[in-house]
Amino acid sequence: MFEHTEHDAKSSHALMEISDVSKIFTTKHATLPAVDGVNLTVNAGEVLCLVGESGCGKTTTARMAAGLSKPTAGTISYDGQDIWSLDKAGFGNFRTAVQYVHQDPYASLNPIRTVEATLTAPLRKHGLAKNGKEAWEQATQLLRRVNLTPPENYLSKFPHQLSGGQRQRVAVARALSLDPKLIIADESTSMLDVSIRVAMLNMLGSLRDDLGVGFLFITHDLAIAKYFGWQGRTAVMYLGKVVEYGPTPEVINNPQHPYTRALLDAVPEPDPDAAARKLEGGGLKSAEIPSLANLPSGCSFHPRCPIAEDGLCDVKEPALAPVARRSVSCHVVQREDGHPGDRIRPPEPAGATSTS
Amino acid sequence: MAAPAMSTTHASSPASETPILSVRDLVVRYRTSNKGHVDAVRGVSFDLYPNQSLALVGESGCGKTTLGLGLLRLLPRLGSVPSGSIDYTDGQGKHVDVLKLNRQALRRWRWEEGAMVFQGAMNAFNPVLKIGEQMGDTIKAHADGRKPSQQEITDRSSEMLRGVRLEPKRVLDSYPHELSGGMRQRILIAMALLLDPRLLVLDEPTTALDILTQRAIVDVLAELRAERGFAMIFITHDLSLAAELADRVATMYAGRIIETGSVRDIFNDAHHPYTAGLINAVPPVRGELPTLASIPGSPPSLAKLPTGCAFRDRCQYAVDACATTDPPLDLIEERPLGLSHTAACLRWQDVHSSREVVGADV
Repeated sequence: MFEHTEHDAKSSHALMEISDVSKIFTTKHATLPAVDGVNLTVNAGEVLCLVGESGCGKTTTARMAAGLSKPTAGTISYDGQDIWSLDKAGFGNFRTAVQYVHQDPYASLNPIRTVEATLTAPLRKHGLAKNGKEAWEQATQLLRRVNLTPPENYLSKFPHQLSGGQRQRVAVARALSLDPKLIIADESTSMLDVSIRVAMLNMLGSLRDDLGVGFLFITHDLAIAKYFGWQGRTAVMYLGKVVEYGPTPEVINNPQHPYTRALLDAVPEPDPDAAARKLEGGGLKSAEIPSLANLPSGCSFHPRCPIAEDGLCDVKEPALAPVARRSVSCHVVQREDGHPGDRIRPPEPAGATSTS
Repeated sequence: MAAPAMSTTHASSPASETPILSVRDLVVRYRTSNKGHVDAVRGVSFDLYPNQSLALVGESGCGKTTLGLGLLRLLPRLGSVPSGSIDYTDGQGKHVDVLKLNRQALRRWRWEEGAMVFQGAMNAFNPVLKIGEQMGDTIKAHADGRKPSQQEITDRSSEMLRGVRLEPKRVLDSYPHELSGGMRQRILIAMALLLDPRLLVLDEPTTALDILTQRAIVDVLAELRAERGFAMIFITHDLSLAAELADRVATMYAGRIIETGSVRDIFNDAHHPYTAGLINAVPPVRGELPTLASIPGSPPSLAKLPTGCAFRDRCQYAVDACATTDPPLDLIEERPLGLSHTAACLRWQDVHSSREVVGADV
């Protein structure tokens, strides 16, 4: 049982460890290293944000973490045990403890099941509720937990009678039904309206704080990662590899890898003055992501990188190494020990009043 | 006349003081079963000036897409416009009553004068035709009866594709499924601009896209607008995008415009609780970590609107008078070229968006 008093993130134990995990898909024409040698840790009650563009391997990593697909190399251990060496009962326990919330609540709920049926099915199947009445009671509690109140109004509804935000709450309630230790949220808020998104994030935050649920939180929006994962860590993925990994405040407020900087520069700012100061194209040389089937030599980011050096970045692949309180895989950043920023973005003077 | 600093309107051209689009009391009605109907747009009025960019913001179901479709008369069969007017002024200063155009004239007007970029770039293409053919069809259909040569078609298409930073050789010969979402969205923009329209309506052009792709599209749009000069109506639920692309913002709620103003007025000091709520719901990526509040509840059903102000059930400022009065747009600050700040709230004087704006000197 998770201890609610556990606050120091460093001393809390690793719930899930993803060690040297790779997933290589083979097609008739090519081999695609969707995930290549990824190392990540999710601690109990902690948030790990995984950010990056489409096709960078975020979802593949998440699916492997959930045990939905098997890595081609490396191990995923939950509570200290390799999940692919567990026996049937052990794997079953793992699957109840780790739950998945999908991106699209229009597709992830069974359209011909009422909310009650959706929520009570796992309770009955896993014997967490002895009879219909108990299941009903637990279902109402779950709905309260995700702020769908009064629950009686929702239990008999079908998904098509609910709005997008309500459906996503039902999907979260379903994930909570088996008392999970880890929730994998794959772009779970990206389809929601701005006003609903914050309510959703605040609700997920209360699960983390009150129930001690850990999160593997996948998003392409760094503002969301910052808001939800401030106390946790953030890993930035690019073409199947982690390129920057560290405490969220470090990664988002003081990014080191040129790719992280580009992602941050691309986030639209809810402030017309800041918007006017934006760099074109996030400072990248190209907006197109290279194909996994034909990866660039050396650092796979070098064709788009504004600080790539010929003869270095196109030849040698960088490894993750500690720089300025996080890990970064970039030759230039590692060499200059966290001060290449001036070459990418002119420093903003304090209280800048540029309005053009 | 002192033009506001943020307006990109060409103050030198006399045409800029005549609105390109003048909408008055527009109502868009959808027929429902049992001979009933709902009004998805309930009396919207605004003027759009040449070269201006207006962001229509609001939650799903507030009527922003319906308004965009209504402006170009692209409503589905169940939709109609029972009252109101849309007055378009073309480059020669001739007025066109868009609602009275006959079918043939409407076909010409759309795309040549007013074009639309739809949400969901995949569904907007014919999947079995190459991009080059689809662009060619548009040029041929609007060629005034003459036959444009293949060379002319390729040249015009290529020029437009380069304008959205795509490689014409590769794109023209591709089928839609061979291209990424961001490329398709940019091609849609290129196609919409193919006939040099003076009005472009974009419906959530970046919603399903990645952050870097979104950035590329925002850059392309800003560049094209500076180059070619067209007026833009930009439909989005993301206020940060509005901050980047718009000169003006109009917030919609339950089929009405409830606040308008220059992008700076809206972001620095919104006076409708709904707009303020939307602004405060956007997490900032830079600076301090704020506690964000969502707007409680959900929008009312258009079929069963409450009396008085439609927002009052969700509004922390609501008083008894809100149940009886549906407030009209009150003038807060008068500005030229449709940039006046107005809000439809009885208590607008008490409402301020709380976001601290650093570095603003206007």
